[in-house]
Amino acid sequence: MAIEVRIPTILRTYTDGAKAVEGSGSTLDELLADLDTRHTGIRERIVDAGELRRFVNVYLNDEDVRFLDGITTKLTDGDSVTILPAVAGGSGLPADRVGGR
Amino acid sequence: MRYDSPLAAVGNTPLVRLPRLSPSAEVSVWAKLEDRNPTGSVKDRPALHMIEQAERAGRLTPGCTILEPTSGNTGISLAMAARLKGYRMVCVMPENTSSERRELLAMWGAEIIPSPAAGGSNTAVRVAKELAAEHPDWVMLYQYGNPDNAGAHYAGTGPEILADLPSVTHFVAGLGTTGTLMGVGRYLREKVPGVQIVAAEPRYDDLVYGLRNLDEGFIPELYDESVLTTRFSVGSEDAVRRTRELLQQEGIFAGVSTGAALHAALGVARKAERAGEHADIVFVVADGGWKYLSTGIYTAESTEAAVAALHGQLWA
Repeated sequence: MAIEVRIPTILRTYTDGAKAVEGSGSTLDELLADLDTRHTGIRERIVDAGELRRFVNVYLNDEDVRFLDGITTKLTDGDSVTILPAVAGGSGLPADRVGGR
Repeated sequence: MRYDSPLAAVGNTPLVRLPRLSPSAEVSVWAKLEDRNPTGSVKDRPALHMIEQAERAGRLTPGCTILEPTSGNTGISLAMAARLKGYRMVCVMPENTSSERRELLAMWGAEIIPSPAAGGSNTAVRVAKELAAEHPDWVMLYQYGNPDNAGAHYAGTGPEILADLPSVTHFVAGLGTTGTLMGVGRYLREKVPGVQIVAAEPRYDDLVYGLRNLDEGFIPELYDESVLTTRFSVGSEDAVRRTRELLQQEGIFAGVSTGAALHAALGVARKAERAGEHADIVFVVADGGWKYLSTGIYTAESTEAAVAALHGQLWA
């Protein structure tokens, strides 16, 4: 099954510059493993020790997966996954950096 | 309704059901029309509340100068209140915000100090903090960290929603200072078991991201993730598309950040419908479309053309 994955600028070196690629998997974890078979090294930039890296946000149909089931979030055909660096300032509050600076 | 002064007319905004955008009789989407406040945005609530609490605490006294980092609406609200109450107002805002906003601030007599476009609100906050250090007699109300920002929504917006719609199941608002979500969220969580608090955060295009330093992530001091149930990240294209749908299908002329909140509201509506659940979803119309008219997004022939018109601009 096909899931559209939107790739941020800083990771497009792994996708030959493509803004979006397709992948498959019944969970986010499986999807990232599938992507890595064609875009070697991309998973490592997103996942560390089996968890999403701190400064990466992943969205399923625009919803932050940290509020769903994280890397084990279930996917279905036709879903859209967006990967983004965690930046903020009215946008992109990283989920794991709470309480200001 | 009758009030003793224009400032007293802040709040008590209408809550309207959207019959065309609501997916079914079981799942309704409701718009809280915060553009009906005196200066046309939700920010009248925190601005007035922060000023009044600072007056009560003795921080603000006649003749004081108020300083605030703001990309527009809070500054406009503060400037209006400052003019009526006799304070001088200085705003720090990113130089790439719309000309309408600068005109509105100038109209209320506010002085504008532009901050570099790169870094957006982050940079405006930094510049304002530097100015505050240079001018210890200026009063920075600091919407990002002032509990009275969220307090305005805890005392006003939240109770209004519950009174109008006791069956509310979801509350959706944009995530900027986080004040609306924190204040309404805390209030509703105390009163409505199981209520879901949903944040819609703007996701800017690659051009804006490219300008940002990834190490510079800024979290408003008000932000408490435990208040939220979930968070949506809404790209410019979806925000613009929903803003246009809201206008064309429901006749509500709103700013672009409202389109982002509507997109998240329709996202949770779709999930509720799939799960066969009843839902009454309230989202915030933060401001009207007036300040964004010059972008051309309302009359562009297609969403694509409208998004192109907005390219590179901060819209929330």
